[in-house]
Amino acid sequence: MILMEDVHKVYPNGVTALNGINVEIKQGEFVFIVGQSGAGKSTFIKLMYREEKPTKGKIIINDIDLNQMKESRVPYLRRQIGVIFQDFKLLPKLTVYENVAYALEVIEESPRMIRSRVMEVLEEVGLKNKARMLPAELSGGEQQRVSIARAIVNRPKIVIADEPTGNLDPETSWGIMRTFEEINDKGTTIIMATHSKEIVDSFKKRVIAIEDGVIVRDEQRGEYGYEI
Amino acid sequence: MKFRTFTRHLREGSKNIFRNGWMTVASIGAVTTTLILVGVFLAIVFNLNEFAKNIESDVEIKVLVDLTTEEEDVLALGEQVKQVEGVENVYFSSNDEELQNLIESFGEEGRAWQLFEQDNPLNHAYIIQAEDPQETERIALEIAEFDHVYDVNYGQEVVDKLFRFNNYARIVGLVLIAALVLTAVFLISNTIKITIIARSTEIGIQKLVGATNWFIRWPFFVEGLLLGVLGSIIPIAVVLIGYNYVYENVANQINIGFVELLPFNPFAWYLALVILLIGATIGVWGSVMSVRKFLHV
Repeated sequence: MILMEDVHKVYPNGVTALNGINVEIKQGEFVFIVGQSGAGKSTFIKLMYREEKPTKGKIIINDIDLNQMKESRVPYLRRQIGVIFQDFKLLPKLTVYENVAYALEVIEESPRMIRSRVMEVLEEVGLKNKARMLPAELSGGEQQRVSIARAIVNRPKIVIADEPTGNLDPETSWGIMRTFEEINDKGTTIIMATHSKEIVDSFKKRVIAIEDGVIVRDEQRGEYGYEI
Repeated sequence: MKFRTFTRHLREGSKNIFRNGWMTVASIGAVTTTLILVGVFLAIVFNLNEFAKNIESDVEIKVLVDLTTEEEDVLALGEQVKQVEGVENVYFSSNDEELQNLIESFGEEGRAWQLFEQDNPLNHAYIIQAEDPQETERIALEIAEFDHVYDVNYGQEVVDKLFRFNNYARIVGLVLIAALVLTAVFLISNTIKITIIARSTEIGIQKLVGATNWFIRWPFFVEGLLLGVLGSIIPIAVVLIGYNYVYENVANQINIGFVELLPFNPFAWYLALVILLIGATIGVWGSVMSVRKFLHV
């Protein structure tokens, strides 16, 4: 569960990104975050995995109060959250398999567990037969699947995606969205910032719209709501 | 830390060494230069200290007895000297013995002094050793006040000069070494900074998937440690071979009693160990600086 109460964020350069956010997201929800560029979507997302700290306000993720959490506990928070980016952030010199396994190696899982779990996840995202390829040998959609595999390999309770389809063509985007739906069906919370009207409108999920650092709209089975 | 993780850090750290090419060479070079100088300096200072100690323990007080003193007064003076606090032993050297020593000390030319054997102009002397060499001066001054004492000589001044010289050498050496150590630390921390920047994507991903801060830091400490240790290989070789050479060849040529070099074994090995430790410290210090400054974990 995610809870934000009166969350403000002012960056050191004086830019106010968030100006009083109140929101509650229950375990297993699928939430779209929409809004113009610079509205505060990315900051909203970064606060959840503690990439940024709020200037003011309370954030609770899976019963952990982020304000009271020790700095040394941040890695353990992140193990409960999978994060996916528009630019995939894959390591170019590692194979598909190694990129996914990397996420488990750095949290010191056993080699045997890593082997079986990585293959399982690659099958889930449909890349089992490309495990030995390098990211550069894959299409954009496939690369994004690798990064999704890496995000979920650790079985996180929450998956956060910041414009995951931003670099992909519409058809590939649908494939990625279906993968997200499957992950969501297994009980994982999905929070996805996007600019894609087609995706938001056709999925009929909860939509949170952010403008000038505040939530202006929060609808179950909502729509994108902006003219393009 | 699991053993698997430990070997991973070692692997990653050593990979970084090769990735950084010339920067690695420069860092190792700086450590090498520094440690060679440290080694030579330490070898000199420790030996000078040893010389000073040897001289100090050899310091004697020579009490010259007035020429006109009657024999029984000479003996009484001997007894009186023995009573002085801190005197370990007293040896009586008659004027004949003194002359003999003088003649011998001049070798061939000493024969000229043989003319004096019939009419010896030298004084009788008492040669005194103090229990504690530091007490030499006090004892000498006390004895100088006794009757029938013509003069008191002691080598304290030489020792003091040597100690003073040692102190200056040490200060100059330490300042020089401190500057070199700082340069080496700076170069190492720069090398590691380059690694950190080159691997920022990787570090970002590590943070994202929940690697602990220590997990992220360790490879950089390993890299620094390796730079320091690799930099100490040549200096250790130089010290071992060089000291062995000096000890075998030079030391035998100059045989002036107190000039006795510390034996190769164990001294050179201790020196090698110290060099290795300083190298490792420089390396770790350099990496700690970079990691703290550039690795935001």
